[in-house]
Amino acid sequence: MRFRAKIVDLACLNHFSRVINTIAKLAKTCTLRLTVSKLYFILSDKVANGGVSMWCELCQGNFFDEFQMEGVAAEHNEIYLELVPENLSRALKTAQAAKAVKIKLTNKHCPCLRVAVELPSLSSSSRIVTHDIPVGIIPRRLWNDFREPSVPDFDVSIYLPVLKTMKSVVERMKNLSNSIVIEANLSGEMNLKIETDLVSVTTHFKDLGNPPWASEDECQSSAQDRDLESMAEARIDIKKLQQLLAGQQVNPTKALCNIVSNRIVHFILLHEDVSLQYFIPALA
Amino acid sequence: MPLSAQPAGSAEPDVLAASLDNARHLSSLLRAVHFQDHATCFATANGLRVTVEDAKCIQANAFIQAEIFQEYAVQEESVTFRINLSVLLDCLTIFGTSSVPGTSTALRMCYRGYGYPLMLLLEEGGVVTVCKINTQEPDELLDFDFCSTKVVNKIILQSEGLREAFAELDMTSEVLQITMSPDKPYFRLSTFGNAGSAHLDYPRDSDLMEAFHCSQTQTNRYKISLLKPSTKALALSCKVSIRTDAQGFLSLQYMIRNEDGQICFVEYYCCPDEDITEAEL
Repeated sequence: MRFRAKIVDLACLNHFSRVINTIAKLAKTCTLRLTVSKLYFILSDKVANGGVSMWCELCQGNFFDEFQMEGVAAEHNEIYLELVPENLSRALKTAQAAKAVKIKLTNKHCPCLRVAVELPSLSSSSRIVTHDIPVGIIPRRLWNDFREPSVPDFDVSIYLPVLKTMKSVVERMKNLSNSIVIEANLSGEMNLKIETDLVSVTTHFKDLGNPPWASEDECQSSAQDRDLESMAEARIDIKKLQQLLAGQQVNPTKALCNIVSNRIVHFILLHEDVSLQYFIPALA
Repeated sequence: MPLSAQPAGSAEPDVLAASLDNARHLSSLLRAVHFQDHATCFATANGLRVTVEDAKCIQANAFIQAEIFQEYAVQEESVTFRINLSVLLDCLTIFGTSSVPGTSTALRMCYRGYGYPLMLLLEEGGVVTVCKINTQEPDELLDFDFCSTKVVNKIILQSEGLREAFAELDMTSEVLQITMSPDKPYFRLSTFGNAGSAHLDYPRDSDLMEAFHCSQTQTNRYKISLLKPSTKALALSCKVSIRTDAQGFLSLQYMIRNEDGQICFVEYYCCPDEDITEAEL
């Protein structure tokens, strides 16, 4: 098992740092899956997470200038690591003006991701700051726990409103209630609602548009015959939604959600070279 | 934009109905008196008064006169209810608190009367939020009986002179002592904290002093924890008037200019700290 990678381009480095910062806001611990062409940050829907799951995918070629990966075995040319993304985020904070960042999987006393940040210096020799981030190697027999979640058989799929507005509204609602209802229909309308003994607040978004899903397979059949005005809804933990929105530092190219009534809300946020899927289960 | 809150065919008109093009005209004033969760709203034809009290010693009032609103109508002589001010503020600022120039949240407020919730409709950029906040029985409010004929000492200061002083008050002191006198030190703020005592003097001929009418030397102490929230009103205001009566009751009146240049007032009344009975200098 070997892994080495290097980033030299500052824009790529900042972009990578932003992705890691977003992941760090969403998960305390997660799985990093390395393949020849991609990196994945995965959180599977355990009770410990409150049933939330996350799948974030990056093409390594868009970020790294050098990338060498040798998996556990030839037929299974992948590496699965368990790590605390906040540690990686903190290491990358020192790299804001770096000349280069090298990441390497090492096993001196225990498995670590060694992040070596080469900083500019006045003398001829560079300064190097090294961070050793402890990781757990996830054995091959557990890899099945981290498969890509399938798009659920949703009732409604709708584009999200402007994230800045959605973020403000959800943050205020978080002060008022622990749970929030998201409802949407196939006419591009979405409502966010909270209701407690003290207050009820509903925010109405219109003209959002509904994404056209290619209906090759039967998975969208429940959406096809649906009355356009009828709302699909789910009540979810408001903190989880707020964390997702707060982690978005840059506006995504595409942002949408799929609602399975009273079951789950599936968020898809697409940036140029990063895709993030986040599943929030409905509360009982 | 006119937001109609009345469902078609409803027989009872709203006892209070008001519209504001910029909800910040209301929310910023309410923040200046937000030191307790609950407030009493009192609406008359003249406008809205929101009162917050604590410990039976301090009362803050925010006045938003009818002219500030684009539409304002009260169907009874007066309308009173108690409401959760924290919830009200969260609703008024549902679209965020930063004031981006050019964008503002439009507000329509309706109240059907005793037992009904306060309804707010807020709109920004085509997005509409509807809030229904439960109301309660109004509390009995303190009456400080503070009128201009009973005023012993009065000064009017430009707020910028006091802002730093109030922001940096030594909070380890239990009291804020205010001395007002026709003679030196004229106007003095004192604290007695863990590190020692601090005195801040304002001379009567200072540029910041707009008016100085002190007839008697008075020294009064007030619980600092009760007065500290007034810093919010001070931060918003351009001028403040400080008055005391014969019993040492304190009245602070803040003149606040909103984004459109209209004037509103916030006042704080405070009882002197009863543990101290003698004047000291």
